Amino acid sequence: MIEFKLPSLGADMDEGTLLEWCVQPGDVLKRGQVVAIVDTTKAAIDVECWDEGTVEEFLVAPGTKVPVNAVLALLRAPGETPEEAARWKAQRRAAPEAAPAFAPGEPAPSVAPVGAAAVAPVAERRRVSPAARKLAERRGVALDALVGSGPEGAIVVEDVERAAKGVAPPVVPVPGAVVPAAERAAQMRSTIAAAMARSKREIPHYYLATDIPLALASRWLEQRNAERPVTERLLMAALYVKAVARALLRFPEFNGFVREGRFEPSAQVHVGVAVSLRQGGLIAPAILNTDRLVIDQLMRELGDLVKRARAFTLRSSELSAPTVTLTNLGEQGVDAVFGIIYPPQVALVGFGSVRERPWAENGELQLMPVVTATLAADHRASDGHRGSLFLAEVRSLLQRPESL
Amino acid sequence: MDEPTLRNTIARILSGIAPEVSLEEIDPAVPLRDQVDLDSMDWLNFLVGLHEQLHVDIPEGDYRKLRTLNDLFGYLRAKLGM
Repeated sequence: MIEFKLPSLGADMDEGTLLEWCVQPGDVLKRGQVVAIVDTTKAAIDVECWDEGTVEEFLVAPGTKVPVNAVLALLRAPGETPEEAARWKAQRRAAPEAAPAFAPGEPAPSVAPVGAAAVAPVAERRRVSPAARKLAERRGVALDALVGSGPEGAIVVEDVERAAKGVAPPVVPVPGAVVPAAERAAQMRSTIAAAMARSKREIPHYYLATDIPLALASRWLEQRNAERPVTERLLMAALYVKAVARALLRFPEFNGFVREGRFEPSAQVHVGVAVSLRQGGLIAPAILNTDRLVIDQLMRELGDLVKRARAFTLRSSELSAPTVTLTNLGEQGVDAVFGIIYPPQVALVGFGSVRERPWAENGELQLMPVVTATLAADHRASDGHRGSLFLAEVRSLLQRPESL
Repeated sequence: MDEPTLRNTIARILSGIAPEVSLEEIDPAVPLRDQVDLDSMDWLNFLVGLHEQLHVDIPEGDYRKLRTLNDLFGYLRAKLGM
């Protein structure tokens, strides 16, 4: 039996509200299939399941708030028979003191799990059988008002039918009811605050800056974009992202995580892109396998990612995956950004605005478009010398835009 | 295409990108990007919207001619032969 748990959605999101299930018991899952939609302070996340199996049982009903790592559902592993599954469940129910089902080293949720369900919503526990929930929706019965007569107080179909007899016009319950904008903004603010405060507390930051001449990159972009319709044009930001991704292949100490005081480099490069949200707030989802994308594909994914981030809908893998973050504040006209690393990452690469400056090269003075690139890095994982070389590599790659 | 249709199309595309703003609130003689928070990604998406809805392609070299709403309307009217 596979326990499908709510994955980590980034350092600053430690719980979410299940909005709806996207599959049914009996469905055979493919790797990466979106299985549920979970609401967080920043977005409604499409939660993907990376195991293959058959959906056996839901353990959490829509509308329930759950911590990261809570078991949301049980999946029958490929080849597991229904008898084996039943035996697994029976064993779990017989051992109510079972250890919490998280990997060691993961942060424990705020509420301890209980028995076979191993799910403890932060609010009161409301176990509702899927059939009962569907019936309640159809008949307009409010689940909160019911007392469950099923196992462990679960609400079952009979409970709903009894309540339905006394109910007038149907009211459509909205699981994870719409949060008013002001409240969402306040929640988002405190989520960001917690993550940034933690970062400054725990991570010994050092900061480096370098000026990067962009004449070659600008000219290359101009020529390329002139030959293409607006739907295929590139932004300078795409070049920044690709250059950083490529540079990380040579400087792995800026691509990975510090966990329990130890640096773990990541084998993949997933650059998280800081996206400002129109109503205020910030989210930094990843472009997966950034180093492997050709620049046109990267640009398409960047555009799509920004659009979905601003529409508050992203995939769980985009939030849990980033191995580094890039922030581009060029549009607002600041020269440079010295950011705060997003834990447990170890680096944040920043870009300011592109501005025309007098520039000396080979004894000659010219007017040059220049951007100031910065690196905020975790001194537990790297030193300034390597940080300088990393930025120099980014600078060098941006002088050869055609190779990006 | 008539003027109201053009206006509505622009309004719709803009509100898809900046839902907090309505066309009526924008001073047509003042640079658009001084009044609405639009980064280069937003601007590109706006142009993609124009391309899809009006079948007008705007070369990069013309971007700087389109600072205000008046500039934009004038440019599009010319391109659409209105």
